[in-house]
Amino acid sequence: MLELALFYIAASVALFATVLAMTRTKAVHALIYLIVSLLAIAVIFFLIGAPFAAALEIVIYAGAIMVLFVFVIMMLNLGEKGDARERQLLQPHIWLGPAILSLVLLVELLYLISTVEGPASSGSVSPKDVGLALFGPYVIAVEIASMLLLSGLVGSYHLGRRFLDRGL
Amino acid sequence: MQEFVWLIPLLPLLSAIFLMVFSLKLPPTIVAFLGTGSVGLSALLTCNLTWKFLQNPDLITTTLWTWIKVGELNANVGFHIDGLTIVMMMIITCVGFLIHLFSCEFMEDDTSYSRYFAYLNMFVSAMLVLVMSDNLLLLYLGWEGVGVCSYLLVGFWYQHSGNGYAARKAFIVTRIGDTAMMLGLLILFTELRTLDMQSLAASAQARWQTGDFMPTLACLLLLAGAAGKSAQFPLQTWLPDAMAGPTPVSALIHAATMVTAGVYLIARMHGLFTLSPQAMTVIAFIGVGTALMAAFSAAVQTDIKRILAYSTISQIGYMFLALGVGAWTAAVFHLMTHAFFKALLFLGSGAIIHCLHHEHDIFKMGGLWKRMPIAFASFLIGSSALAALPFTSGFYSKDLILLSAYQLEEFGPILWAGGLLGALVTALYSFRLVFVVFFGQIQTLPDKENGWRIGLPLFILCILSLIGGYFSLPLNNLFPMERNGHPAAWVEMVSIATPLLGVIVAYVLFIKSPSHIPRSLISPHENKLSRILYSGWKLDEIYDRLFVSPYTRSTSILLNEPVDKLYNAVVLINQKLNAWLSYSQSGRMRWYMVSIAVGFIVLLGIAITIPKGFS
Amino acid sequence: MQELAVPLNHVLFVSTLLFTIGMLGLMIRRNIIFILMSLEVMLNASALAFIAAGAHWGQADGQVIFLLILSIAAAEVAVGLGLVLQIQKRFKTLDMDDANRMRG
Repeated sequence: MLELALFYIAASVALFATVLAMTRTKAVHALIYLIVSLLAIAVIFFLIGAPFAAALEIVIYAGAIMVLFVFVIMMLNLGEKGDARERQLLQPHIWLGPAILSLVLLVELLYLISTVEGPASSGSVSPKDVGLALFGPYVIAVEIASMLLLSGLVGSYHLGRRFLDRGL
Repeated sequence: MQEFVWLIPLLPLLSAIFLMVFSLKLPPTIVAFLGTGSVGLSALLTCNLTWKFLQNPDLITTTLWTWIKVGELNANVGFHIDGLTIVMMMIITCVGFLIHLFSCEFMEDDTSYSRYFAYLNMFVSAMLVLVMSDNLLLLYLGWEGVGVCSYLLVGFWYQHSGNGYAARKAFIVTRIGDTAMMLGLLILFTELRTLDMQSLAASAQARWQTGDFMPTLACLLLLAGAAGKSAQFPLQTWLPDAMAGPTPVSALIHAATMVTAGVYLIARMHGLFTLSPQAMTVIAFIGVGTALMAAFSAAVQTDIKRILAYSTISQIGYMFLALGVGAWTAAVFHLMTHAFFKALLFLGSGAIIHCLHHEHDIFKMGGLWKRMPIAFASFLIGSSALAALPFTSGFYSKDLILLSAYQLEEFGPILWAGGLLGALVTALYSFRLVFVVFFGQIQTLPDKENGWRIGLPLFILCILSLIGGYFSLPLNNLFPMERNGHPAAWVEMVSIATPLLGVIVAYVLFIKSPSHIPRSLISPHENKLSRILYSGWKLDEIYDRLFVSPYTRSTSILLNEPVDKLYNAVVLINQKLNAWLSYSQSGRMRWYMVSIAVGFIVLLGIAITIPKGFS
Repeated sequence: MQELAVPLNHVLFVSTLLFTIGMLGLMIRRNIIFILMSLEVMLNASALAFIAAGAHWGQADGQVIFLLILSIAAAEVAVGLGLVLQIQKRFKTLDMDDANRMRG
């Protein structure tokens, strides 16, 4: 029961933080809310029996990726003018249509999920199983992911270097 | 000699090619020498050949090379020469030579002198191939070749658009007949598996009974081809318009040789035509009908060349009548005499036209007999022969035709009476022509004298027109036995008397009391009947209504390309879609996202709504 | 293998909600920083669904996919933020509608 309660709390925190993150005008504020949301999701991971994934979520997502965002936002040096503009762009007439669309999509997805009746869950998965799977049947996927990361590295280096060379 | 037979058509062809290639570089004297000389040489070779043939009347057959060999079809370029071919070759080369000689002077002032001779030589070559070939396919080649040359020469003065129209009309109308003839050849080949002249008649007689459907069909198709080429009903409308060409061309192509190709074809295929009495009857009635229609039309024309054109149609009608009643020799005989006197008449009219500022209207001539004695003599002799006055060449041939027609069992007297009426009108219009042009008041004065190159051909043709009736054609054993019986004496008397009556009527009308001439014989627009006759029985108008204007209407619909409209609509829809899609490529990220979301929603909606058991 | 207290459906609901919010953010925001954040949210939501399903079936595959999603997100953010810097330099704005150079 405790786990269930914790799940609902974590889930509400995650949803609430995400909604707030999406509606901020200042990018840094949004980022903080997003980190909160990620932490809450990490708790959910832990609760549903994936402690390794929870750790990775915190370390890589909240730790590395979000820090990258923070760095970039700091480099961009956005001012007050941008905030006013963002606020103006968050008027109801802008978000009403997309909100309805999203709602429709949500209803459809929820309907689909609720119709699925799976067997009872069968407990947690240990990091060892993950490692075995990762370097067993999924070894090609790992290679591809590594290539993707390499290309991401090269690409960001290329894009960022010219930015730094010319100076700000 | 036999080995050099192929030289006869080759010489004019070589000359034609030479003249075409070097047309602009050659002085007129060399052009005239080449053009006339090549045909002259052919004529000499032909005379030599004829001499040999008369001494030793054997068939001459040479095969030069295999032309087409596909499956069972084996067409050679080969020549087969018998009495009929000899007669035709003599006409083509000798009359052709005289007309070439005439043309040297007639066309002297023309800028396209060498083009003219090139076409004319090519025509002679094609015509010789037509008559000499030993199979129907090579004959068809020559047939089409003369058609092309006729087209080129009718439209020779292409600067005037009316001439181009006449040329196209001549080409297209004969093409109708040629298509039918092609079908006839195809039927013959599929049925008999050969197109060779020698074996064709034999295998036809072996395969079919007299009166079968197949030979009748094939004969009627060949007849359509012959009618197109020889300007017989209902395809005769092109010939009067073909007078747009130079006058010697009219003499050679549209009087002496090409238009008689149809007669030659039917005479050549007589073995086939005898199998189909029905087709023969059709030929006889077409012949007599055309002869009458054209004779009446000729009686009201005012253009000298159109009179002669209608008279040509009428005379070929007589030849068809002869063919239809099985009087093959009479048909070929009349073909030859007609070639002489009609070439003479055309060249005579050419001489007049040449000296009279290219005046064609006979009522603007008159009183010319003193000024142009040679032309007068040739017209007098030519018209006498045309009207079949006794002791001229036309008399013997036409008399033979009429008597043969009378002896036909079933329709004989009807055909004979029709032919006789035609002969009356023929005498009337031919002497109307003579009297109006050479007697009466002088209207236009000739502005130049004709030289020897015009005079000599006229003189030779005059003699031929007079004595042509005494030639005996080497046609023995070629055609099946013809009736040799003699009809009652009164038939003969009537046949002789009728043309004389026509001449007397013409004399009374145009010389004796010129004031009492019916207006319709002078001004063709006087009354309804003469208007109909003048326009050639309104056939042009009827064909216009029936075929030409529906065709032009449908083409004017097609001009806007209705089918393309459909495809253009497809293009247009695609362009619109493209514009619409490129509008969606706005570059607005959010808009893209919305479209992705909508697509996702729709797909999910489909996934939800399909029934469970379906997947 | 102990029985898990959290029902699969509830986790998937949460994941769906997160995904929808992320998509909504993608649709309404014009700032490229927020667009990237929305993408992260959406990736995260799908990762959550994978983990939940993997845990439910007791398979490691869910977490393997989570790791792959993680690497994709990392690579995407690295390149995306590099682009953010270039856009800021070239157009002096982060608004993607203003940076639109297409003529449509």
